[in-house]
Order: sequence, then structure tokens, then C-alpha cells
Amino acid sequence: MAALALEKIVVPLRTFSLRLTLDVDSAIALVGPSGAGKTTVLRSIAGLSRPESGRITSNGEVWFDGARDISLAPDRRRVGLVFQDYALFPHLSVRQNIEYARRHEADEYLDRFAIRHLERARPPDLSGGERQRVALARALAREPDVLLLDEPLSALDAHTKAGVRAELHDLLRGLGIPVLLVTHDFEDAAALADRVGVIVDGELRQIATPTELVAAPNDPFVASFTGANLLNGYGERADGLTRVRLLDGTVVTTADDAYGDVVLAIYPWDITISKAAPHDSTMNLINAPIRGIAEIGNRIRITIGPVSAEITAESLERLGLQVGQPAYASFKATGTRVVANGRSLPGSADDS
Amino acid sequence: MKRTLLSCLITAVAIVTLLFLALPVIAIFAHTTPAHLVDQLSNPVVRDAFVVSLKTSVIAQALIVLFGTPTAYLLATRRFPGHAVAVTLVELPLVLPPAVAGIALLAAFGRLGLLGSTLDALGITLPFTQTAVTIAVAYVASPLYVRQAIAAFEATDPNLTAASRTLGAGPTRTFFRVVLPLAQGGLIAGLALSFARGLGEFGATIMFAGSLQRVTQTLPLAIYAEFDQNFDATLAMSGVLVLISVALLLGLRIGLTWQRSPSKRSLYLFGPSASG
Repeated sequence: MAALALEKIVVPLRTFSLRLTLDVDSAIALVGPSGAGKTTVLRSIAGLSRPESGRITSNGEVWFDGARDISLAPDRRRVGLVFQDYALFPHLSVRQNIEYARRHEADEYLDRFAIRHLERARPPDLSGGERQRVALARALAREPDVLLLDEPLSALDAHTKAGVRAELHDLLRGLGIPVLLVTHDFEDAAALADRVGVIVDGELRQIATPTELVAAPNDPFVASFTGANLLNGYGERADGLTRVRLLDGTVVTTADDAYGDVVLAIYPWDITISKAAPHDSTMNLINAPIRGIAEIGNRIRITIGPVSAEITAESLERLGLQVGQPAYASFKATGTRVVANGRSLPGSADDS
Repeated sequence: MKRTLLSCLITAVAIVTLLFLALPVIAIFAHTTPAHLVDQLSNPVVRDAFVVSLKTSVIAQALIVLFGTPTAYLLATRRFPGHAVAVTLVELPLVLPPAVAGIALLAAFGRLGLLGSTLDALGITLPFTQTAVTIAVAYVASPLYVRQAIAAFEATDPNLTAASRTLGAGPTRTFFRVVLPLAQGGLIAGLALSFARGLGEFGATIMFAGSLQRVTQTLPLAIYAEFDQNFDATLAMSGVLVLISVALLLGLRIGLTWQRSPSKRSLYLFGPSASG
């Protein structure tokens, strides 16, 4: 597969600069908090804004080279960019929007994206999902060498999102060109991309498959982005395990090796909730009143003491849990990961 | 009880306001019979003035669009040192008393003016010619178009321009296929206002171009000239101007309502001002 290469590009942002080196040869997602400069990376690749320095090449063709003062105009880069709000031309019909990119083969794209019945409609009259399909069709009608997607799912309501996500996943797999998408949502990134890069403070912290990121996050930011509970505490070795005393006095056991100031990551789906103390192999037990019950898609997130667990609505009903009631949260020592050790951490990242 | 009193009061005030605005216009047509008005249109003074007005207005508006559109686009899309000064310059003729504008034009392009000797050397004499009328109209009416054009260009979504570029369109194609169609409503509104203002131009024209029948005497100048000689002709010309103004306003409003409004387009002629 042809590749897009970003070499040491520096993108100036309001208060800091984003530095990035990245080879895009499949579907890659960049995730990070808003304001991390993700959109600016896409605009730099498309030629809509100019990096301070670095090199951008596609298939070996130089699109941007700060040192040699080369910067191709956007219309001379073969790039398909799907904007966050889709940026469809409101004064043109769906067909005309696609023909804008390619005059004679609009029919092919109308059929491929199942939007032929909308060909005469105007973008303001379309639903979110329809608009996205038109935007994708239009971007691909340009026959780009690379496809860029800016927050592809954020303009959709939760109901539409699940379906579109599956559709988009299949589409991106079949394209055969490098895809770079940016999003603030790790789940979207994990669902759509082969590899996910986490950007924090203008820096690519870790890039790996979604499974690897969840299993072995490099640092607390990556862990919190993948949805983990983060527990700050002080670790001591005992019986080949590490016992971590949390700030609220709770002691958590982990199988990872650590000493001193540590941050533990534990995923909500690895935590079991019960009304009575369980008699099983789990080493960690937290007994506290339920602080909150929140619905996230088809799951329920329950917060007990310092941790949040995810269970199904069915389990919630079966257990009859309510806010304020005492309950037990249990998880295995082997399910916890030490994600930082021996250094102080900026702020508490426990936002799960 | 109190509330109905208030709403009655508001209605009464509104009626008085509308009557105040409508009465003079009605009076023009109420003064003589329509047949008599039509009859006056064959009066040579009226006919000549109408031709001069139409000719100079059309040329002046064409120049305003030709020069004003790129200028407005530049001011709307670029920020550069002196931007505020440039916008002020564009708006200046709007607040300048027309007579002062006329004197200023004379001081610039007149025989003894700033560019007078240069123009003289080229064998060009401007004051008291039909060209002078066109210049006066263009100078005084241009802000109405340019301001509206700046606002219209500023209202077009920059992402749409960006999208056009990434789809392979160069800046020129982007301007004509995306920017212009989206700004079109605002541009037409601006042109209508500018046309109406130019047609009514009096002060600057009489200072810079004089009032010579068949050459520089536009409808407003002819109205003034005929005022104490042939009041019926004055009324006829006024009637023509009123009808043109009303037609412009109505046509515009209907046109804008008809058009699908994709971008932030307002039905009001005076949209948000450009800046400052």
C-alpha cells in the first residue's frame, strides 16, 4: 500500500507546537483531547495550513518540505479530506457536490454509497448519516492517494453512530489507500483504525493496535484515554506482589512490580460489582456506597469509592443497585497495570 | 388591562410612523391624474434626464461591481496592516456630505485639481461632462455595494472554500463556483441599494458635473431645475424615481425569498455591517 509520510513536522498551535513523525500505510487514528492540534495535522497534510518545518511526502512525492521551501497548493495534492461538519456545498445538489470533484463519473459514486435516490437533494435537507456518505463519496471521487477524516462520527447522534461506525469500518478496510483519522473518542478510533496514536501536549505518546494500547498503556494519559480507572498511591513489595496504598487508605494489590509513587490502571470491564462480599480468587475488594450510576451506550457505569465499573443494564436490574447503597467492587490483582512509577504525575488523571 | 393599553399605544405609534412614511409618496401620485403624469414623460427635459440618469447609473454600477467585488473580497478574507484604514476609506463616501464629495472630486480631477495637469496633458477634461456624472455616482454609491459585499463574503464558511481546494479546484474556480454563488444574495442586495442611491445622487453631481440638459442633467437635477417652471414635470419625474425605488425593493425582497438560503443570508437589505 502506498504510504503517506510525515517527517518531523512541527505545527504551531496557540500555546505550544505539535511535533509529529508518522508513517501512514493503513488506517491510523490519532486520538487526543480537543485542542491537541489533531485537526491542524490534517489541514497541514491537505495543504490548508503550513507547518513550521518538516517534510510531508505521499508515494515519495514531496507535498511539503520546510527546508527546501516546497509547499504544494491543496488542489495539487491528491488528498481526500472529510471535514468534521462535512463542508458540503449547500448551493449544489448531492450529484453536483460529487461532480465538483469528478465531472463524469458521479454515477459510480452515487451507486457505491447508495445515495442515488438523494442525487437531486441539497445538503441542508439531508440527515447526518446521509451527509457523511455524500462527503465520503465526494472526497473519494477525487481518487485521492490518501484519505483524511476529521472527527468522522462526532456530528452524528448516538443512534446513527453505531451503524455508521460499522459501515465506515468496512469502507476504510476496502479502500486500499492510507487513511488518517483524528478523533477525541478512543472507542471510535479503536473501531475504525488498525493502529491508534495518542497525542497529548503536542507529542505522540504511543502508537499501537487498540488491543495493545488497552493491554499495555505506556503512561497514565494513554491509560485514561483508553477508558481505564487510574489510581494514585504508594507501592510496597510484599510476597512477590505489590501492595498499593491509595490516597483514601484503600490498599490495592497488583501483580506488576513497582515501588514508591505509582499509578495503577484498571479497566471498568474488569471490575465485578456485588451486594455481598464475594468468595473467589479476586484479591482486591472495595466496599463503599455507590457514588454514581451512568448509562454509556448499552452499558452502565457504576462508581464505587475510587473506581468505576461497567456492567450491563440487566445486571443492574438483577442486583437492584441504587446510588448511596453500599456495594462491593472486586477485581483481580492480575487485572491491574502499573502505568507510572517513581515520578510525580501532573494532576489526578482519575476521570473515568 | 395595562397590557392591552400598552399594545394599543404601540399600534397607534406604528400607524403614525407608517403614515408619515407613506404620505409623501402617496401625495406625488395624488397631486395629478396618472394620465397627466404619463403625458409629461414625453416632455424633452424629462426624457433627456431619464436617459442621462439611466446611462450614467448603469455605467457607474458596472464599474462599482467590477472594482468593488475584488476589493470587498480582499478586505473580507485577508487581514493586513492598514486593513481598518482601508475599510474606513471604503465607507467614507457614505458619511461624507454629498456636496463635500463633489468639491473633493473637483479638487482631485478638476482642471486646477490634483490630477488636473496630468489629465490635461492627456487631453482629458472631466468636470461638467457625462463622465463626471458617472464618477460622482460611482463615488457616492459605492460604499453601499462594497460594505454589503464584504459582509456577504465574510459570511461564507471558510471550510467550504477549503473543501473546494482539496477537491482539486484552484482559487479562481473556487471563487466562481463556491464563493460567488454563496455571496450572491448579499451582492445583489448591495447592488440594488447602490443603484437606488446612485439614481438619487444630487449634491456631488451638481458640484462636479453641473446641470446641463442632455449632458449632465440627471433626474434629480432636472427635478430641481424644473421645480419653479413646470411642477407637473417635476411630479412626473419624482413618480418615476419612486416607482423605480419601489420596484427595486420589492424585486429584491421577492428574489431573496425565492432563492434557497443556504448560508447566513438575511432578508433585510441592511445586513450586518462589515466591521467596526
